[in-house]
Amino acid sequence: MSPVNLRDCKGLWVFIEQKDGKPARVSLELLGTGRTLADKLEVDVTAVLIGEDISGLAQELIYWGADSVLIADDPVVRDYRTEVYADIIAELAAGEKPEVLLIGATWMGRDLAPRVAARLYTGCIADCTELDIEIETRLLVATKPYFGRNLMAEIICPFHRPQVVTVRPGVMELKAEERHRKGELIPIEVKVREEDVRVKVVETVRSVSDAAALEQADKVVVGGMGVGDAEGFKALREFANLLGAQLGATSLPIDEGWISEDCKIGQTGKTVRPRLYIGCGVSGAIQHSAGMINSEMIVAINTDPKAEIFQIADYGIIGDVNEVIPALMREMRRLSVEREER
Amino acid sequence: MDIIVCIKQVPETTEIGWDPATGTLIRGGVPGVLNPSDKHALEAALQLRERYGAQITALSMGPLHAEETLREALSMGVDGAILLSDTAFAGADTLSTAYALSLAVRRIGRFDLILCGKESSDGMTAQVGPQLAELLNIPQLTYAIEIVVTNKTVRIKQKLEGGFRGVESLYPAVITVEKEMNQPRIPTMEGIMEAYASKEVQVWSAEDLGGKGGRLGLKGSPTQTRKVYTKELRRGKVTILEGEPDEVAVKLIQTLTAKGLL
Repeated sequence: MSPVNLRDCKGLWVFIEQKDGKPARVSLELLGTGRTLADKLEVDVTAVLIGEDISGLAQELIYWGADSVLIADDPVVRDYRTEVYADIIAELAAGEKPEVLLIGATWMGRDLAPRVAARLYTGCIADCTELDIEIETRLLVATKPYFGRNLMAEIICPFHRPQVVTVRPGVMELKAEERHRKGELIPIEVKVREEDVRVKVVETVRSVSDAAALEQADKVVVGGMGVGDAEGFKALREFANLLGAQLGATSLPIDEGWISEDCKIGQTGKTVRPRLYIGCGVSGAIQHSAGMINSEMIVAINTDPKAEIFQIADYGIIGDVNEVIPALMREMRRLSVEREER
Repeated sequence: MDIIVCIKQVPETTEIGWDPATGTLIRGGVPGVLNPSDKHALEAALQLRERYGAQITALSMGPLHAEETLREALSMGVDGAILLSDTAFAGADTLSTAYALSLAVRRIGRFDLILCGKESSDGMTAQVGPQLAELLNIPQLTYAIEIVVTNKTVRIKQKLEGGFRGVESLYPAVITVEKEMNQPRIPTMEGIMEAYASKEVQVWSAEDLGGKGGRLGLKGSPTQTRKVYTKELRRGKVTILEGEPDEVAVKLIQTLTAKGLL
């Protein structure tokens, strides 16, 4: 594809991920974020909705911030398949020339966004935590945590369009629905036929576990390297259960195999906003803290008084997790026995 | 069958410098290691060879010292190794990297499967695999925890958030491998000796690859890192609870109870 004339490009698009006709929460978060960015650019927000029997969802997307919805409703796009979805989005984008394309950094979005961007020969910026518009240049300025400790990078895509970015679920705040909003619903003809698709989905198995439990938890107990080993995480889970909290982890213990990946909180994991966060042996590097900084109260337990987490904690305990947690559990049990005896 | 495994040398630590003039990482002086995720891709290729028979080529792009990483792949047992190394490749973003890799894959010519790790431990974008698939115009099968090859199709078990899918495609295809798929083998002493004594790492330059020079390296990269800065995340001042574990436990529980958090 030849380079596009930057001045011809106008508009902000949001890819809407949906399952069984229900939008992914991250897509609604991005409609809200997109609305704010589009207002700065003085352009429209277009939602791109793909799937089978999904047209009923379109009006709702207007309420969440879209000015128009492009609807590709067809049996061939019932299951998400990279190439079919990428074909539709890239063809529409090549014709309509949006400036910005926002995609949720779910498994689907992280599979789709780079493919669409490569097709359009444009940049793709993964896992952004802040997005803004530089008014003078109309550039999207994407910020994300960068490699080393507490480094943030500002990344731009100056000469290619659309500027494609992905954002993890929970990073952007969900704005309120505005049910008075009006917009245009535009059906799109899906040209691809099943026999031309190179990939088949032969089975889909959904696990029963509630994947969103951690992200929506009221209390979260998080283990870092200071937990020491897999046994330490078992003890931490007991503590979390006693507290009525969900268990999370930083990335290193997960890499060590001490705890499963779905517990990961941070830039490449989940973003949490609980009322109470208790970090146990967590150092507080930005890769993790980017995913928990909006917690209402942060408690940190760490042997190292210089650990970065004490810069963001409300309460700190300098001590070994494997001594402090059992002490906390003893105290909680003692109090509960005391309550029962009364 | 012919398998290409794309691998990357990554910095061993996260303490890494940044060049404000070019907006790229300064990798010099930081010890490099084979990207952990790529070890699973290599292991997957070796197991496919054991099951179906295959010729495996490891492919990497990086400075000359990335040869170490390819030697490690050879030690694990791959058959051939190619390093794309040229100042023209320096500063490449994911798309520019995928472009150079796509040229190399076309130059290699024979490929049924291209395996990549799910993501690198430094960039963590998981973009190069999908972009490479697009530039080669072949299917991409991501997040694989199992690979089964039949006559003309390849089927993977694809790990999703909250479940999995079985996905099948014609090959050639790009597959990105999750760490759950396998336990990478440790190179044997014999394997290491062989990797250094009798196996070769070919080095290809930008000129060897041909293609459009304007799409390589920093100047072929649509994304630019404009600024890197330290962000001190700070909230209010921390209150340290002091004392022996039993004392601090009492203090913390009292505090949380008083705030209505228990």
